Amino acid sequence: MDRKPFTNSPRVTRRTFAAGTAATVSLMASPAILRAQGAGLKVGVLLPRSGAQAGIGQDCQRGVDVTAGILKQLGYPSLQIMNADTETNVEVARARAEKLISDGAQLLVGAFDSGQSTAIAQVAEQKGIPFVINIAAAPPITEQGYKFVFRNFATAPMILSDAFVNQKEVFEASGVAPKTVVFMHVNDTFGTAMQKGIGGLMPKFNMPYTIKETISYDPTARDLSVEVSKAKATGAEALMVVSRLNDAILITREMVKQRWSPMGVLSMGPGWYEDQYLKTLGKLADGPLSFVPWYDPNKKVSKLLEAALAKAHPGINLNTNQIYTFEALMVAADAYKRAGSADPKALADAIRKTNITDNVSTGPGIQFDAKGQNDKLKNAGIQNRAGKLVTVAPKGATNAKAEWPMKPYDKR
Amino acid sequence: MPAEIYLNVAISGLLTGLVYGLMALGLSVIFGVVRVVNFAHGEMMTIAMYLAVALFASFKLDPLLMLLPIAGVLFLLGYAMQNWLITPFINRPEHAQFMLLIAVAIIMVNGLLIVFGPDAQNVQTSYSFDSFAIGPLIIDATKVYAGLAAIVVAAALFAFFKFSLTGKAIRACADNYTGALVVGLDVRRLYALTFGLGAACVGAAGAILVLIIDVTPPLGPAFTLLAFIIVIVGGLGSMPGALLGGVLIGVTEALAGLLFTPSAKSMFAFAILVLVLLFRPEGIMGKRAS
Repeated sequence: MDRKPFTNSPRVTRRTFAAGTAATVSLMASPAILRAQGAGLKVGVLLPRSGAQAGIGQDCQRGVDVTAGILKQLGYPSLQIMNADTETNVEVARARAEKLISDGAQLLVGAFDSGQSTAIAQVAEQKGIPFVINIAAAPPITEQGYKFVFRNFATAPMILSDAFVNQKEVFEASGVAPKTVVFMHVNDTFGTAMQKGIGGLMPKFNMPYTIKETISYDPTARDLSVEVSKAKATGAEALMVVSRLNDAILITREMVKQRWSPMGVLSMGPGWYEDQYLKTLGKLADGPLSFVPWYDPNKKVSKLLEAALAKAHPGINLNTNQIYTFEALMVAADAYKRAGSADPKALADAIRKTNITDNVSTGPGIQFDAKGQNDKLKNAGIQNRAGKLVTVAPKGATNAKAEWPMKPYDKR
Repeated sequence: MPAEIYLNVAISGLLTGLVYGLMALGLSVIFGVVRVVNFAHGEMMTIAMYLAVALFASFKLDPLLMLLPIAGVLFLLGYAMQNWLITPFINRPEHAQFMLLIAVAIIMVNGLLIVFGPDAQNVQTSYSFDSFAIGPLIIDATKVYAGLAAIVVAAALFAFFKFSLTGKAIRACADNYTGALVVGLDVRRLYALTFGLGAACVGAAGAILVLIIDVTPPLGPAFTLLAFIIVIVGGLGSMPGALLGGVLIGVTEALAGLLFTPSAKSMFAFAILVLVLLFRPEGIMGKRAS
């Protein structure tokens, strides 16, 4: 059987090729232009939706999910959300940021983690696209002289300063203070920044305790039995910790198994107040104190956010992840409204002049200094109680008294 | 630091190492006979871990009781993989086998992500938080049960290869492929059986390991790498070597974490690997090439 000769197929000339290419390009471009005009500002939201930080990334996503309705109620323009997964990986975060921009994102939001946010900030600055950081505490991000990077989250020194003040308040109220602590921290960008900050800041606050030993561990550690054995062996009265979610669960499990009940757990990072922590550990989750960026429950928008979250995700406690992701999107919508344009430079200029007082987080509101940092944020002390979170510090913003020392694990 | 802390940590490392050894045993068995390196080994273990999680979540079935059924499911998976997927690649270049099994591993990770999502999942049994106090020692009860289960499974596997006719036939295939064909052994079926047994081994290890650590889909590649380190240290193809390698890596990581810095404990496992490759490339219990 003979093959059909190729010469029978229509001949492609340079002219027909050029016409076809032009038609294809115009077809591809037209819907994009229409979308950009009709659906509001295109915001690329980068979060660690998989990998070691998946639980927290998905918690942040809940903040994204409820934003549209609240922004509408507050009179802000709508946003077109473009989701991307950083896979808890710095290099993937960088690649996804580049992809989002090439796909038409006009502003970026993310990425929960300092390492990933640092990588995205470099891409955003290079491409001239505004980047609003929801959560990331490593100070250098806003110390680079970037013009397109903004952070509505406390830096490590801000978190630590407020944490020391709030801890002393709790110790004074209960009349009991630990004389020694052991400090365990995850050795990622955030954990290392916090560890360095403690060394510099603690002496200024005249804390009642000294740090007997500092133990760092890998963020993807699957077993923390050695680390907890080492911490227990120091004989410290309390555990101070900067962790993530999975490791917070692992540490608690090991403390129970190794029959170590210190005076309390003083966390200065995520993990210990997350819903997954509370649900996984049940009554063993009660007691740890977290000194973290939080929200003012008395603000009007806080109530809107609480109600929207309760409706969309019943049983989920409002926490840092949803609060600051929501506020980052609020900053984007506010800037878009004032700029009246999706031009990146106009958006960046508008963000720089942000002055939102009707917000959620603790403090006077959202404003950025010349470096792009909201330096007016305040943190709170919260405690886990029977699956709920109560605010125990600072004075004037509390809804419960701290239970300190915490109840030993074997007496629950 | 009190002396009992060192003993506590060493015992914990030993018990975890036994489970690691069981996992690596599967890899060693497959390579020792079929001469195919299973690059989807860790991923197969995560499948077993998810089976244990699903059975526990749905029916409250203890993973230790489900060890045999889960191993059975993995046996079937391994048998089918070898029979229909890997056999056509047996005589192809090694890089083709490598690419095939890497592809299988990627499909498995992404399949698990689609089915179970990215969240870490675990099994919380009635004894999850128990520990035994023996004098000043406090030993994690879950790790004790896990270590014992690993010893029982490994012993059963050793007995199978030593005493059963099928086991002897498989060993004959490993020793002399041509000879096995000449005496009329069904090598294709025996290869599939071996791959199935290796998969069952890793299935049992997964059912046990889910008691100790949480499972996420990306856990697979990390455990594939760990299994490789263990079998290279113990001796590729040597069954006792795999168990010994597991224990050695488990205890080394634990003590290194205690004596140096915990965040660098994996570094010591790699250091042992480098030393073995330098001074005893065939592994601690491996046979020297004649």
